[in-house]
Order: sequence, then C-alpha cells, then structure tokens
Amino acid sequence: MVTHVSDAPTLQKTPLHALHLARGGKMVAFAGYDMPVQYASGVLKEHLHTRAKAGLFDVSHMGQIALRPKSGDVTDAALALERLVPQDIVAVAPGRQRYAQFTNPAGGLLDDLMVANFGDHLFLVVNGACKAADEAHLREHLSDACAIEVLADRALVALQGPKAASVLAKKCPEAPAMKFMEAGPRQVGGVACFVSRSGYTGEDGYEISIPAAWVEDVVSALLDDPDVAPVGLGARDSLRLEAGLCLYGHDIDATTTPIEAALEWSVQKSRRNGGARAGGFPGANVILPQFEQGAARRRVGLRPEGRAPVREGAPLFADAASADPIGAVTSGGFGPSLNAPISMGYLPVSHAATGGLVFADVRGQRLPLRVCAMPFVPHNYKR
Amino acid sequence: MTVLYTTDHEWLRIEGDTATIGITGYAQSQLGDVVFVELPKVGSQLTKAQAAAVVESVKAASDVYAPITGEVLEVNEALGAEPALVNSDAEGKAWIFKLRIADRSDLEGLMDEAAYKAHTA
Repeated sequence: MVTHVSDAPTLQKTPLHALHLARGGKMVAFAGYDMPVQYASGVLKEHLHTRAKAGLFDVSHMGQIALRPKSGDVTDAALALERLVPQDIVAVAPGRQRYAQFTNPAGGLLDDLMVANFGDHLFLVVNGACKAADEAHLREHLSDACAIEVLADRALVALQGPKAASVLAKKCPEAPAMKFMEAGPRQVGGVACFVSRSGYTGEDGYEISIPAAWVEDVVSALLDDPDVAPVGLGARDSLRLEAGLCLYGHDIDATTTPIEAALEWSVQKSRRNGGARAGGFPGANVILPQFEQGAARRRVGLRPEGRAPVREGAPLFADAASADPIGAVTSGGFGPSLNAPISMGYLPVSHAATGGLVFADVRGQRLPLRVCAMPFVPHNYKR
Repeated sequence: MTVLYTTDHEWLRIEGDTATIGITGYAQSQLGDVVFVELPKVGSQLTKAQAAAVVESVKAASDVYAPITGEVLEVNEALGAEPALVNSDAEGKAWIFKLRIADRSDLEGLMDEAAYKAHTA
C-alpha cells in the first residue's frame, strides 16, 4: 500500500487553512497550496451531498485579477483582453461573466479562466497553478491599456448544489434572483463580496470572492446551515469529471486547441472568420481554420464497460490487439453519482463518434470503453 | 492462528500453510472510499514484493504487493460486487486473496499486532 502524507513546509496556505484543519480536512499539496482533499466523511459522501444538497469548496488557491482600463471605459479593457483570448469579451454585459481561454501562438491553451464585467473593470479568475504565468502574460501584453491588479487579499469559495440558492439567500437575499453566469459585487452576511452564479460541478451554485479577513466568518456561517457540508478537492474532481468539464493541465494544455478540446461553443462567432472582430489572438491562424476544416483529434467522454476505473495517462487503442496507441485518457476515475467508472480523453476524429468502442491498456490488460456524449451527469444550471 | 503485518499495511492471517491477505484498517482509512478491487488469478504464482492486487478509491489506484511468495489458492469474489467491504471490514470480510506459503522464512521479517500499532502510531 502506498499512502500519502503532506507536510511540506514550503506549501502556501489559504485563509481557510485553519478551518480545514479544525473540520478534519485531510491535507494534500495542490497547485503549491496545502489543501483539503477530503474531510472526515470522505470523497464519496461529499460528492453525493453536493449533488443532493450543497457543498462548500475552498478554491482560494485560484488567482483573482482586476483589469482596470486606463481610459476609464471597460470596453477598452475588453478589447485589450481580446488580444489574448478567442472569446468575445466586448459583448459580456455589465454584471455578466463568460468562460475564456488564453491561447498561445500554436493555438494551444495557456490557461482557462472566467471573465466578469464589473461595470468599470473586468474581474478574472484563473487557475492556481497558472496564476503567476497568467499575471506576467497580462502585464506583458495589456499594460498599455490596463492596470493589472492581483487581488491577493481575497479568498474564493464555491457553494454548489441544489440547495445553494436557498442557503445563500439567508445571507444574501439577492442571490436566488441571479441567473447562471451573472456576477458582481454583493453583500454576503454584511461583508462586501463578489458573487457569481457559476461553478465547476455541473450543479447550480455560486462562487463567492471574500476579503481574506472576513472569509472565516462568512464560511463558518454558511457551514452552520444543515444543508451545507465542506467538500474537498477529491469530490471537486469527481464532480467536474461527471459534468464533463476540463481540468487545465490534464484535459487541456499548451498542446490542445479549443476545437480539439471540444470547446467550440466557447468561441463566439464575432471572433471567428467572417465575424466583426475575427482573429487577433495568439494562434488564430491555427484555431480559426479548424472551425471549418476540423481538427485531427477530439476530446471525448469514455465509459469503461467494466468496473475498473481507467485513469489519466492510460493509452487508448483501436482494438484489443493493436500495438500503436491512437490516443490517451486525460482524466479518469469513478463517478459516484453514476456508480460507474468514467473517463475523458483524446481520440482521432475517425474514432471519436459516440458509440464507438476503443480499448485502454490498464496494468497490461486491454479494457473496452465506449465513446459517449458529455456531460456524464446532466448540468443543473439556472439559466 | 497468527496475524502478521507488513510495513506496506497488509495483514496476513496464517493458518497451517495458508496465508489469508488483506489491507489493514489503517490503510483503508488512508485510501478512502474503495470503488474497485482487482484480484489476482487463482493458481498464479506470486513472488514476494510483486504487485498482486489493486485497490482503487475514487481518487487513486494503489497496488497491494504479495508480502510473501506463494501460489494463489483463492480470491475474494465478494469484493467485485461490494468493494466498499474494504472500508467497512478491512481485516475481516474484505480479505483479498489466499496464498499457499512457499517458504516460511518469508514470515520472519513481518510484524505482530503490537509492532504494527507502534508502526502506525
């Protein structure tokens, strides 16, 4: 048996670190932070509790960045950000947010992020492991048009699940009226927060940016609600996998284009060929033709036919005997809500059609998997 | 009947020339919810320290190594239908496989219960 112990002294701590320890969090290293992978009840129960009621996640390791236009006009910040992402940021109305990606000159992805329009500036949430590089990237390319402010004194938590709205309503009466991807400053229990109706579990819910000095008070009050349980990174991963959502560094990275990653929906027509602001982002010469010509490979959902999970890195084969892999699993594990193993990975388009059969090598055995549509568990967003 | 333990958190119940093997309660508590157990093949010959079985939680797969050399006599098929037995009864109903002990000297370096408790304390 191999067990994991994490006590590396160099790890950073989020403002909720003491609360995690007090609530029995089992801590692991993640994105340079000492983070709870689970609490006493375990990954399975935390996962199912989130789908049934509400789970509370500390995601303070993620980067929060304000982009303030030097001109004072938020459209100028949006136009500047469009130099780095293939999304239509100008069209993000005040009080709304949108999913985006930073691209590289090869058409690959440097990170994925959320961009909210807060009226006079843009508010970005980026991945923890990428945040230093993202900040440098923004400073290099946008400093002419924007002041770039890393909001290091703010924590970020996610409240996710069908009870999230009724729970948050007790501290923030405006919360239930917000629609999916609505975002902006809101008071939560008398604390000035940024609230968005979004998340990364496939459930209805909110992400709440809270000043670090107040986060323990706000989170403790939310956890006092009997519908809310703290949930660790383990269930966060199984929830997002069931929801068919990409994990940066695993399902998407510097070598995957938005088309290969099946993220075409996230690139608005205005930035594609023929659109009002077509191109003008790194790798546009690679990405835009793929909208018409397709890409050679595609991210797909995979359902193992047996009970054995097929995990990240497992090579995929066209049949049970062939020697050369045609793709690989990029995320895989067990879906507690499905009570079945699930995976996602990349296959050549010739093998990516739903219903097709491929084989993974797991510990020297060829296990069959069926290509399937995602999400594995339907989304429950309040649009 | 003797119960012995390994530093890799396996237990062995020794009855005659048979060793019944599973993972310890401490090991299952570290792994978390077990969702799949891959069993060795009955009749296969295992060499000490060879990967023999795999216990998978939601998050990760962990190898169970053969703590001694021997032939696999029987495997616990019940774990196929109910892998969570590893969490509820790791040192009882969730035995994983039985080996015919090839060389009793393999048992010499293993710990008794008191030594294992000290090891995990």
